[in-house]
Formats: sequence, structure tokens, C-alpha cells
Amino acid sequence: MTTTPLRPSSQPTSSAQRPDALGRFGKFGGKYVPETLMPALAELEAAFYQYRNDPAFQTELQGLLKDYVGRPSPLYFAERLTTHYARPNGTGAQIYLKREDLNHTGAHKINNALAQVLLAKRMGKQRVIAETGAGQHGVATATVCARFGLKCVIYMGVHDMERQALNVFRMKLMGAEVSPVEAGTGTLKDATSEAIRDWVTNVETTHYILGSVAGPHPYPMIVRDFHTVIGEETRVQSQEKWQGLPDILLACVGGGSNAMGLFHEFVNEPSVRLIGVEAAGEGVQTGKHAATLTHGRVGVLHGAMSYLLQDEDGQVVEPHSISAGLDYPGVGPEHSYLKELGRAEYYSVTDQEALNAFKRLSQLEGIIPALETAHAIAYLEVLCPQLEGFPRIVINCSGRGDKDVQTVAKLFDATEKS
Amino acid sequence: MNSVSECFEHLRSHARCALIPFVTAGDPNLEVTAKALERLDQSGADLIELGVPYSDPLADGPVIQAAATRALQRGTKFEQVLEVVQQVSPRLRSPIILFTYYNPILNRGIDSFLQQIATAGVKGLVVPDLPLEEAEVLLKPAIDHGIELTLLVAPTTPKERLVAIAQQSQGFIYLVSTTGVTGMRAQMESRVKDMILELRSVTDKPIGVGFGISQPEHARQAMEWGADGVIVGSAFVKRLADSSPEKGLQDMADFCRTLKAAIAPN
Repeated sequence: MTTTPLRPSSQPTSSAQRPDALGRFGKFGGKYVPETLMPALAELEAAFYQYRNDPAFQTELQGLLKDYVGRPSPLYFAERLTTHYARPNGTGAQIYLKREDLNHTGAHKINNALAQVLLAKRMGKQRVIAETGAGQHGVATATVCARFGLKCVIYMGVHDMERQALNVFRMKLMGAEVSPVEAGTGTLKDATSEAIRDWVTNVETTHYILGSVAGPHPYPMIVRDFHTVIGEETRVQSQEKWQGLPDILLACVGGGSNAMGLFHEFVNEPSVRLIGVEAAGEGVQTGKHAATLTHGRVGVLHGAMSYLLQDEDGQVVEPHSISAGLDYPGVGPEHSYLKELGRAEYYSVTDQEALNAFKRLSQLEGIIPALETAHAIAYLEVLCPQLEGFPRIVINCSGRGDKDVQTVAKLFDATEKS
Repeated sequence: MNSVSECFEHLRSHARCALIPFVTAGDPNLEVTAKALERLDQSGADLIELGVPYSDPLADGPVIQAAATRALQRGTKFEQVLEVVQQVSPRLRSPIILFTYYNPILNRGIDSFLQQIATAGVKGLVVPDLPLEEAEVLLKPAIDHGIELTLLVAPTTPKERLVAIAQQSQGFIYLVSTTGVTGMRAQMESRVKDMILELRSVTDKPIGVGFGISQPEHARQAMEWGADGVIVGSAFVKRLADSSPEKGLQDMADFCRTLKAAIAPN
């Protein structure tokens, strides 16, 4: 029936070959966008291939990553957290944190925003737009736009603007316009749709800095590659610290950029377990969650085929998570692919478990994690008791929690009063 | 009821430009949608585009987004939309073109989706988030089910893509007249004229111009520039939404006749 040419069924041997020329990770990915955007996506892909190995581009990017962002970020041995999970016989996981929270602007998001703004400049775009959920990508984009003097509009759901008020202020302070999105639940999904509509309208003058490994090709590839520095540094730092590879990588997954940034370097290292943690919200059985990979079905959202939270009629379901950055009904297509291959494992933790982890990391290590990151930390409760010996776990400490303290304070108050 | 191409062929043989109104199914409710289809058919429509409400309508501006949201809030389901088509289409002169995003199609499975809409009496299909590269999986099965899948070209589409899309598009070619989403605009961009000419130089297939056509003058302009059809969406949806169903239907029908008169041959 189909006229689609047969594609090689064998898995690519190198992760560098993913995605294929059509932007597919297996069946996932692709470009499901209005025709108006197709030439812009082709232009972006061409610019990416032209500049990613261009010495001048790389010199500028590497210089800024070092002096402006503050890379490399440390790989920190979380001693008291390790002790907390030690078994009575003294064995137990050795827990390390890849400190992306120490980057300028407080999260991993700046890696991609910075590299994309350098691309935008070279493509001659004077205006930049972005979507944001937790506000971390919005802040990162506003930051690099200020740094390079570009006009910047950030789309953000009204609900997220309320729960991430600090980040809204930061964006405005740096000269960005924050455009409130009231559609739907006023969260990341709706902000992304609105950013895409802006791009369709202003595509000839505007670059869209998409903030996750989601969206149409080439975004999942570009955003992954601009975050791969996380995994590359982790490899070098692991070698320095224990002359080996990590045994387990652990990261939270909303769209999945911090997880892909950490995983990508190790996808072809079969000894390394890759674990992504999604938001189970109030519990997956309540329907109020954002556990796309663990409870979604294959669908198309924001330009890519991937797992998707949808109802029986194919309408996208509104997700729920205490963490604005994970409150998304879709997920990056490469995660769907890694799940289907069985290469990566995906689990989910609830709002409450994340809050407990938020508190635990603050008290044991003096590190206040972002609520997103707290989901990855929370999974240690399940994972550590299952592990034998002294496996080394690297958790992507993807962001710091300053932005979340007001939200969390309210919840802790409510808990204490009840 | 004819196929989409037969309808265009007939109009072309009489040197007439097609009027293609759009309505969102289920707004304000499906009974009104059924009446709207009949009224439009009786008021000068040549083909009718019926929008399936979707939760994430990326290509739509505020008017159609809001209509889709209202329709979904009322609980409009895909099967019910098809029931309306099934019930009304035998009485219509105008072929019905279904406008839907891709996820609801994928969710049903391509073949069973096509089977269902063909059985209901749908003749054409427009999927705004399915560009040429992704449309491959739908084009051939659509032909097998007797559904014409119309592809879109945009102001940003380069010449070589224009040729490839024109070759594959069925029924007609949907020329998006502006970089942007659906919605009403004060005037038509003058580059639409060049786009129509360029498209005409690579294809004999009918050209339907849409996105941003909301006034009789726009429609007439598009026709004079060589369009074989004009698609008017938000302006109809808004008229239906702005008052009581009775009055909304009347306003829609009046507007339809006004548009029809504007594109009537001199």
C-alpha cells in the first residue's frame, strides 16, 4: 500500500547517524508543520551543518561557554546523599551530581540558547522568540539576546507566569518581552503552540530558539548536540575521578533536553544504564500527570511524532505537574526511540516524592535543586535499594531551585497547617 | 455530489471562481453546523471546508482556535462530526472538504480514518500540519478511498518545492496567501499575485487561495489575479459566533451571497 521507500531496518551503529536524513529516530521525529515553516527548517538545518564544525563558530561558542556560562560544570560527589542511601553492610550507590545548576542563569538551558543565538546571528535574524515553561529556557534566551543585542519575545503560559514569577521578572529585566498565553491550561504546551504561530507569521525575520529536544526536525538533533557538552564533560570527569564510566545516568524528562544532553555521549556504551524520570503529578492513576513515555501513546505534537498524552479521540490531554518544566504532554522523539529500543528506561515520580527530594537534597547537601531536577533525585528512593555493590550514579543536577522556593514554601505551609 | 476536481472542472468550464467557505464543526453545536452546511450550500458556496475541532490548532489564528475550543468544551467528537456529514451531504451540491490536523488521523489509523470519512460522504481533505514529505503516507491511500488530499503551498515555498507539491496535490492546490496563521486581515499582500502567476506557470491544477481572505474585495482581488477558488474561514466562523444561532446563520448566508456576487463574472 505504501509508497514510502524502504529504509534500512538495522539500527545505526553510531549515534552520530541519528536522526536519518528525514529527521527520523526510527519512526519518531519528522516535520509535522505548516508548509510556511518548511523552508525555515531547511535553512536552519543547513546553517547547523555549516557552522557546527566551523572553527570560527566553535571558537566563539567554546570561549563563551567557558567565560560566560562558566563551563565545565563540576561533577560533584554527593557524600551525605551517598551515606543516606548506604546499606547497613556499607555497600551502596556512589552518587555524583553533574552541576548544571551552577551554570550562568542556573540551569543547563543556557548551553543550547547560547549556541542557537550564535546560529541566529549568522543566519542574519534580528528577532528571537522562545517558549518557556519553568522560565529557565526563557531566562537563558533572554540572557543571550541581551548579550548579543537581539530583540526577544518569550511566550509563557499565564499559569506558569504565576508560579515562576521570579523568572518572569528576570526575563523582563534583561529586556525581553514576556507574552502571556491564556489558551488551554496556560502552560508549556500552549506557550509552544503560540511560539510556533509567531514563527509561522514572522519566519522571514525571526529565529525560534526551541528549548527542548522536541519540535520538528532539526530541533531535536540541534538541541541535543548543543547539550552534548554535558555528557562529554561527564565522560572526562569520570575518567579523572575513577578511571572509568558511570554505571547509571539519571535525569528528569519533560521534553527531555537535559537527559539527552547527558545520555547522548553514552548511548553507545552498553554498560551504562540510562534512566529518565517523568512527572507523575498527583499520581498516574488520577489522570493528573505528565508521564508521557510511561503512560502516553504515539502521536504528533508540535511538529514531531513521539509519545503523547491524548484521549481516545486524538485530542491532546492537558498534563499536570508541580514542576512547570515537566508539565508537558509530549516528549522529545529520541526519547521515544530509546524507549522503544529498550536502550533507556523511563519511570515516573509524583509531586509529593519530588517535594520530599527537594527538601532532602537541600538538607543533606546544601543544594536546592529545581523542582524538575528534584524528580530525578526522588527516583533514588526506588533505585538505590535495588542496587548491589558500589555502582556510580551520575544525576544531571539540571537546575537550581531558587525559582521554586515560593511555590514550595506555600505547599510546605499548607502541609504544616493541615 | 461531485468530487473536488470535478467541481473545479465544471466551474472552470463556465469561467467561474469557486467560493469555499469554512466552518468549525460543533461551534456553537452540531445541529447549527448541519444547518450552516445547508445554508452555505444554498447561498452560493461551491465547495465547503469543514474544520474538525482540535486541541492544538497550530495553523489557526484566534477566531478559529476559539471556535475549536468551544466545540471541544461542548464535547464534540470526531464520530459525531462525521454523522453530521453523513446526514447532510446527500442534500448538498457542494462537495465537503474536511480540514483536520494530523494527530486525530494517526490516532484512528490512516486506512480506517479514510474509510470512515469516505463512507460519511467527505470528498476532500486538507491537513495543515502535513507538508509534502510527511504527506506521502496519506496520498496514495487517500486515492484508494476516493478522497482527494489537497496540499498547501506558502509564500515561503521555493520554486522547486512548488513544482513537487503541485504535482502531488489532489483536487486543487491550496495557496496560503500570507506567512501566518488563519485569520482576518485588512488587505491582501500584493505578492499573492506573483505567487498565483508562479504557481500557474508550473501547474494546470486549480489554485485555491486562503488564509486572510475576509472581505468581498479580497475575494475579487484573488479572482482577478487568477485564483480558481477563494477560501474564507475566520470571517464566517466569527459571524456565526457573534450572535444567536438564528441570526448567525442568517449573517453567514448573507455574507456568503455577498462574496459570491463579488466573484461573479462581469
